Amino acid sequence: MWSFLHRLSSPPTFYRWSGVITPIFAVIAAALLLVGTVWGLAFTPTDYQQGDSFRIIYVHVPAAMLSLSVYMAMAFSAAIFLIWRIKLADVFAASFAPVGAAFTLLALVTGSIWGRPTWGTWWEWDARLTSELILLFLYLGVMALRSSLPERNQAARAAALLAIVGVVNVPIIHFSVEWWNSLHQGSTVSKLGRPAIDPSMATPLYLMIFGFMFFWLANAFSRARVEIVDREQNKRWVREALGDKAEMQRRAGEK
Amino acid sequence: MSPKQQTRLVFVVALVIGVSLAAFLVFKALGQNMMYFYQPSQVAAGEAPTDQRFRVGGLVVPGSVSRSKDTLAVDFDVTDNVGTTTVRFNGILPDLFREGQGIIAHGKLKGDVFEADKVLAKHDENYMPPEIADALKKSNDGVMPFGDGKGMARKVMTNEVQPK
Amino acid sequence: MQEFLQMGGYAGYVWSAYAITAVVLIATALWPGIRRRRLHAALRKRWQWERSE
Repeated sequence: MWSFLHRLSSPPTFYRWSGVITPIFAVIAAALLLVGTVWGLAFTPTDYQQGDSFRIIYVHVPAAMLSLSVYMAMAFSAAIFLIWRIKLADVFAASFAPVGAAFTLLALVTGSIWGRPTWGTWWEWDARLTSELILLFLYLGVMALRSSLPERNQAARAAALLAIVGVVNVPIIHFSVEWWNSLHQGSTVSKLGRPAIDPSMATPLYLMIFGFMFFWLANAFSRARVEIVDREQNKRWVREALGDKAEMQRRAGEK
Repeated sequence: MSPKQQTRLVFVVALVIGVSLAAFLVFKALGQNMMYFYQPSQVAAGEAPTDQRFRVGGLVVPGSVSRSKDTLAVDFDVTDNVGTTTVRFNGILPDLFREGQGIIAHGKLKGDVFEADKVLAKHDENYMPPEIADALKKSNDGVMPFGDGKGMARKVMTNEVQPK
Repeated sequence: MQEFLQMGGYAGYVWSAYAITAVVLIATALWPGIRRRRLHAALRKRWQWERSE
């Protein structure tokens, strides 16, 4: 079991299997996002209160949900790297940050666009909105910290530390609508029992959520692959993987 | 200073700025949320300040909305089902503003009337097509079981301080 | 069609939200490919140079 995990976490092994799985995930993501968008825009009824403006839900809710999931995954990878010094975990943490930042930005911008016609304001210094803005700053801070320190190991440790400290913000975002008198309504999706969204409107929302998930994995894997080649560029396996002819010949000669 | 020390300095300064910015935003958000929120019954009982801006939240009383003919001015009553406050607003109301809806008004008390410079509408987490909303309403004696701001009443009236 | 584009009067809000989402996602998706091409080209060049030494 442990040796299996150990092998799985070695960069060349990851490079090999991710090369197969990443394009598959990318295709799944593109298909889900395309179908979900067309379905959500054209084939769902209008909302009884908000009319057509509710359709922003299909981009806003997936982006907001995944902005939190990606952060948790990033902090988890950072913790694994700090404790066990597994290189691949740091590669993952570095690859998750830009995707998470993009999702957070989207959640904020689409939320603002949605808030104007429904609530009557682009922005309120409200608990939910402010804590999500802090999440964006955390992502940007983690990325800036990594690139501002010249020594890679030191940069990785500093970024990991900030990512872990920032985890306190995640439950604050999630429960802000219950703890404070927020303008933002409660969660539509995570409600158990009676779903808060009519079945005729729900399917494209689920498609979009899964589409964002596959987008995240495909995007983070392709980032991780580039990062690994960059870090291990002087190793033999990289030369072989990139099809360097001289290396192949040398290897053939050795045999 | 060596380049290494310089980057360390940049790192420390960036961290300090980042953390203070985050703290500032948190306190700004908390401050806005903790302070100045009054329920219509508290305003009616004279508990609200007369020299300070604050917020009033409640449900728009059906039939109380009266719009001016030639300006954007609008008067309406908000209630927490205990007391009622009249709100005067001169501006564009959000699309979700309607009778029975939960709203939050920002402004100042002038006599008995709350003069608002901002009116925000709250809505809940329920989404459904109009026909289903109608059916739901019909099966519940013509009253929406949630939505229409009714389900929001508890949340709009906030801070769990239910008047006795 | 006209009706669909107008989005019940919310055209500006709905379409801009989707357009921004598309732009941000496409930019995020393209970035690793650009970086990969640059890196691989640089590495191949270096290996070739090493061989000609």
